[in-house]
Amino acid sequence: MMNMKKLIVGIALSVGVSTLTATALAADTIKVGVLHSLSGTMAISETTLKDTVLMMIEEQNKKGGLLGKQLEAVVVDPASNWPLFAEKTSELLTQDKVDVIFGCWTSVSRKSVLPVIEKENGLLFYPVQYEGEESSKNVFYTGAAPNQQAIPAVDYLMNDLGVKRWVLAGTDYVYPRTTNKILEAYLKAKGVAAEDIMINYTPFGHSDWQSIVSEVKKFGSTGKKAAVVSTINGDANVPFYKELANQGISAEDTPVVAFSVGEEELSGIDTAPLVGHLAAWNYFQSVESDANEAFIAQWKAFTKNPKRVTNDPMEATYIGFNMWSKAVEKAGTTDVDAVEQAMIGITAPNLTGGMAVMNKNHHLSKPVLIGEIQDDGQFEVVWETDGLVPGDAWSDFLPGSKDIISDWTAPIKCGNYNTLTKSCSGQNYE
Amino acid sequence: MRQEQILQWLLAVILSLLAFLVSINVYADEVAETPSAPSAVQKTSLEALLTELTKVSLSKAPEVLDKIEDISGKEILPLFDAMLGGDLYYQLDSQRVLIVTKMAKGSLRGSDPLSGEWLDSLDKKTIKKIRVNNSLRSHLREAMARINLKTGTVEERRTAVLSMLDDLSPHNIVLLKDARQSEKNADVLKMIELALAMDVVGHSANSAERLLAMETLSGRLEPPVRNLLKGVVDNDAEGDRKVRATAAKALGTINEKREFYGFVEQLFFGLSLGSVLLLAAIGLAITFGVMGVINMAHGEMIMLGAYTTYVVQLLMPNLIDYSLWVAIPAAFLVSGAVGVLIERTVIRHLHGRPLESLLATFGISLILQQAVRTIFSPLNRQVSTPEWMSGSLEINPVFSITYNRLYILLFALLVFFVLQLILKKTSLGLNVRAVSQNRDMAKCMGIRTEWVDAMTFGLGSGIAGVAGVALSQLTNVGPNLGQSYIIDSFMVVVFGGVGNLLGTLVGGFTLGIANKFLEPVTGAVLANVVVLVFIILFIQKRPKGLFPQKGRAAE
Repeated sequence: MMNMKKLIVGIALSVGVSTLTATALAADTIKVGVLHSLSGTMAISETTLKDTVLMMIEEQNKKGGLLGKQLEAVVVDPASNWPLFAEKTSELLTQDKVDVIFGCWTSVSRKSVLPVIEKENGLLFYPVQYEGEESSKNVFYTGAAPNQQAIPAVDYLMNDLGVKRWVLAGTDYVYPRTTNKILEAYLKAKGVAAEDIMINYTPFGHSDWQSIVSEVKKFGSTGKKAAVVSTINGDANVPFYKELANQGISAEDTPVVAFSVGEEELSGIDTAPLVGHLAAWNYFQSVESDANEAFIAQWKAFTKNPKRVTNDPMEATYIGFNMWSKAVEKAGTTDVDAVEQAMIGITAPNLTGGMAVMNKNHHLSKPVLIGEIQDDGQFEVVWETDGLVPGDAWSDFLPGSKDIISDWTAPIKCGNYNTLTKSCSGQNYE
Repeated sequence: MRQEQILQWLLAVILSLLAFLVSINVYADEVAETPSAPSAVQKTSLEALLTELTKVSLSKAPEVLDKIEDISGKEILPLFDAMLGGDLYYQLDSQRVLIVTKMAKGSLRGSDPLSGEWLDSLDKKTIKKIRVNNSLRSHLREAMARINLKTGTVEERRTAVLSMLDDLSPHNIVLLKDARQSEKNADVLKMIELALAMDVVGHSANSAERLLAMETLSGRLEPPVRNLLKGVVDNDAEGDRKVRATAAKALGTINEKREFYGFVEQLFFGLSLGSVLLLAAIGLAITFGVMGVINMAHGEMIMLGAYTTYVVQLLMPNLIDYSLWVAIPAAFLVSGAVGVLIERTVIRHLHGRPLESLLATFGISLILQQAVRTIFSPLNRQVSTPEWMSGSLEINPVFSITYNRLYILLFALLVFFVLQLILKKTSLGLNVRAVSQNRDMAKCMGIRTEWVDAMTFGLGSGIAGVAGVALSQLTNVGPNLGQSYIIDSFMVVVFGGVGNLLGTLVGGFTLGIANKFLEPVTGAVLANVVVLVFIILFIQKRPKGLFPQKGRAAE
């Protein structure tokens, strides 16, 4: 009986203490929301980014946190389910009251989060290359805009490899369609005839590439050098490259430049048929720099896996996190409006050397690299831009968005400002 | 005596002027003519050039390669080949260039291309790869073609000429003219004649000569020929009318031939897709068609077969070429055993209740997917393709058949006939047909229907597993593999007629061919939709499919 009483008191006491510490901690921490799918189709890619954020938080806490407070990660799982992204964002902002969110991968998940994050005035860092045509006050885009990936890649093929005929192949959804629309307009502006451009879309997870590859082969056998610009997404790439190799299309004759194939995608697949094909990114693991070496070592230690690879969206997360912590220190608060203004003009080191700059349109200035796939699943950099390329939120090559700019500084303070009509429309451009 | 002195003198000069590599070349060229093994001089300069190769930037490397090509002959081919494949390394301390081969158990073995000396168990940290990029690779290929033209095997010489068709530079024409003198093989000679004729048509000013050369070109399907003729027809303004008319006629014949082979190619693509559909559906034709169980876990049986292939390859990493022969029976047994287990534990209790068995098997499919995720990982697994299934069989320059598709087509037909044989000629087949026609009567005749059910389901599942082995060669092996084929499988079985294997065969090939002929017109996305709409309409008209069951079996 006595024991029982003791037990109850003990439990009550410990509960009390733990609630106390919890509230004490809550007052003392800065909450960082992590909104990446940990299950479903996108889990393969997004789990890596969740781990990256956790690693960055751990490191920042070792340095003493921010503004004298420790950082606390709030991890949620939107499960590759687009509407759930919106729900989870709302939960993070209203219940957990996080100060910042790092998250999303696919464009459709970002679009689902947008209305919520704008309504609740949250702050989202989006770390993946995307199709552009967007700029929200509450979002910072640390991945590449089309002019930081697709356009330089096409320039490289055109000027350095002498490519005259173009196959734009993609998976059938918003990112490839918008990117190809921009590329088509760009190529035509460069004087490429319509019959020298072939556009092809395939469903998600397409595996029977015979006729498409055969068409590419015919398209490339007219004497003019041809190349494939691929926005093919996910695991459909493996049978695609296999079929290319089987039909005897080599990277020297018809190179494929991909925007969605990185180190993570190549790890664990047979890279023999892919050797020599290209990818355009802002970061490659193979780039030699002190910062990169340290980052790779830290990542391998954090995941306890000496074979883990790093990739471009991880670097974008790294830059985004460092910029956010700098901006918080600069603003002296985690208040969204203050941090948002402090962010503009902030610099943070790239892993490939040099400094990335956050521009007025919430996009980064970053270098662009083109790499050739090697048989060990890494990339050999064959070309890079001279300096930094500022991300362009609204493409200059689409008729609807040519005159639109994004500028979040006074006096414009608008994500889609029309320079002709001098008005902020709030309209969306497809 | 005098010659020796000169040689010695040369050696001294070269050694002292090692840095001035251009000058070395001049001398080296003279020595290179000697047919015997590389002389000391040549070896030295080659060594120097190789050392230079380890230092130069990618854009300067072609020049060094040209110099290497100039001073060496056939013996340099292994080195070029290794460089092409990314197997050329150099030692960090001595700058010595090595051809590195990966041995079993991951150890590295190097061989010195100059001395042929072998270096065992190299440390990965002491060597560095000599970088290659695409332009360097094509440069290497061209260099190899030039060397092979003189000294290669028949096949090598043929490919060498073929690769020169794209690049009829004056230098290559000289080489080709030389080769024509010495060439013995009729095939290669014909290729050389073609290349030279192309040069005449392209560059000669004499129209009689061009007309004569045009005769050699007519009917040839090599893409460069077509491009050349097209150029003549389109741009050759000053060329006389007769040349243009002949070119246009030759072009017409070529285009006709191309169209014909394009059609044959599409037919093959259709057959190939059909064979994949047939393989995926044929197991279902037994479990669904013969037993009448709506088996939603059928796709997962295919997946299990694919994973069995993966495990078999893990167990025999050095015998990938033979792994499939082991994987086929293994996959049959694994999927078949799982099938029997499912039948005994779940489906047996749900006879005659299609809706319940649909739900139950759907549940099983989810369980199996998650089990695979837990055991292997949610990521796709890598299944290697054996050497004999890579590449393609070239029938002519515009039509080739990829080996993997060809073998899978043959394999699908084989599976189909074996299955027919089992059902028609064995006692198990007889029992299966008896039970599926009239369960009660069969029971009265003393057939153990329970046992027959289990065996039938096992057979269907096992065949699905075998299909998984084939599919592992075409698509990604992952937990979702089965899901992407289950709809197609039901489509084929329903379209072909439930309970009829021949219907499945015809249905699979019909849908495959229809899909592939639609694809160029509508695109891959819409082609699927059109085929699906067609089936919906077809089923409205003929609810029992292409080959409906007749007579008593229909009940």
